[in-house]
Amino acid sequence: MYSEKVLKHFKNPKFAGEIKNPDAVGQVGNPRCGDVMKIFLKVKDNIIKDIKFKTFGCIAAIAASDMMCELAKGKTIDKALKIKADDIVKGLGKMPVIKYHCSILGTQALKKAIENYKRSKK
Amino acid sequence: MKRIYLDNGATTMLDPKVIEAMLPYFTAKYGNASSAHSFGEEASEALEKSRAVIAKSINANPDEIIFTSGGTESNNFALKSIAFTDKNKGNHIIVSKVEHKCIMKACKWLEQQGFNITYLGVDKEGFVNPDDLEKAITDKTILVSIIHGNNETGTINDLKKLGDVCKKHSVYFHTDACQSYTKTEINVKNQDIDLITLNAHKIHGPKGIGALYIRKGTSIKPWQHGGDHEFGMRAGTEDIPGIVGFAEAVKIAMNKKHIAYMANLRDILIKGVLEIPEVKLNGPIGAKRLCNSANFTFKGIEGEAIGGYLNNKGIASSTGSACSARTLEPSYVLMAIGLSHEQANSSLRLTLSRFTTKEEIDYTLKVLLEVVKSLRKISPFWEE
Repeated sequence: MYSEKVLKHFKNPKFAGEIKNPDAVGQVGNPRCGDVMKIFLKVKDNIIKDIKFKTFGCIAAIAASDMMCELAKGKTIDKALKIKADDIVKGLGKMPVIKYHCSILGTQALKKAIENYKRSKK
Repeated sequence: MKRIYLDNGATTMLDPKVIEAMLPYFTAKYGNASSAHSFGEEASEALEKSRAVIAKSINANPDEIIFTSGGTESNNFALKSIAFTDKNKGNHIIVSKVEHKCIMKACKWLEQQGFNITYLGVDKEGFVNPDDLEKAITDKTILVSIIHGNNETGTINDLKKLGDVCKKHSVYFHTDACQSYTKTEINVKNQDIDLITLNAHKIHGPKGIGALYIRKGTSIKPWQHGGDHEFGMRAGTEDIPGIVGFAEAVKIAMNKKHIAYMANLRDILIKGVLEIPEVKLNGPIGAKRLCNSANFTFKGIEGEAIGGYLNNKGIASSTGSACSARTLEPSYVLMAIGLSHEQANSSLRLTLSRFTTKEEIDYTLKVLLEVVKSLRKISPFWEE
């Protein structure tokens, strides 16, 4: 049902957890629909220095959260905003069609966190 | 890796003794039970012996047992055939909100054919209240179908009380007993049930074989047409190896010691899991719960993720919610007993069998504790 990569990220998510004193936090989703993702960011010189996630969700949601963090870390915030759901799916090998929304949720959570970061800098 | 199977509500291991009983009917005694030669006689004899075993297990007469391809067929047969046979008497059918999907979908289809269906609610433990049933019956009601042992909550409905209500109002009563069969008593001489769905693969018998008990005198016509098999009630060459296996499985399962054995392990499991903080048992406790079934809600984490971790450790479970790769809707059964979307999605079902061991339960408890801890650590809804 799930690819090896999805299971690898689900079993050992490198970016799971939270950042103490983050520069920004973004949360999307609602438990009624299933998945909730919370993203913590550390940003320096517009570059994402550190990123962590907490996710209430299924196997795909946890794997997508971890993949999204892997893609975003080290990128400028503008480049990170360009990460697409497809990039997450590609990074994970493949994803059941019905779970595609988990990847979309991943990009939305990151976007929210970056928006909150930008707002805090104004 | 050693694997542990705790999804016996989905299906069970075929008992080696059952295979043994079946084997001759694949190769040596492969006749068609309708044939007039010795091969046919062998098959026909096996068929009738098996029918007698199933009949005896629910205190019915052999000619009240019709073999089918399983629970789904029996349920479809009972609902659709009673509906169309008796439509001159009325067009109203009553079921509960916690029926198996095959009942639900058959009802949706019957609605499209002009039948009215009432979906009865259940209490927070999953029981249908006989008073609610009585209130829902109208002069147009022709059939009531209520699940006996629930596949998700493990709730065992009171067939005697529900049957009494149906009898009082002269309405046919069908029950889907796929999960409960041999795990709690069914006796058609003191429970007023007109139709019962039974199957083999939940009790260590083969897949693809089941039965429908039809009380003598019930106004029902065949649904599947063809030859005169099964007293003209269900056409199609009988699956003799499957039927022989079904009967063998029933013979073994009828030994009451298995119920006590499973109930003991179930209670050890429930007690152990409830020691984890913020865990809730879904469904009743004690004798009104299926002896092999446990279902829990773990606050703050999703059932599918728990099941995924358990699977990595070799333990097979099932999500109380249906948030699998196949559907995203939370379980309608758990919603019907009052769980929120979030709670329904946070549920896990563990179902045992007579082959489950104490060691397996101990190991599962140990792993489950670790899994819940690590998933909660990454949950936005959990604060240590």
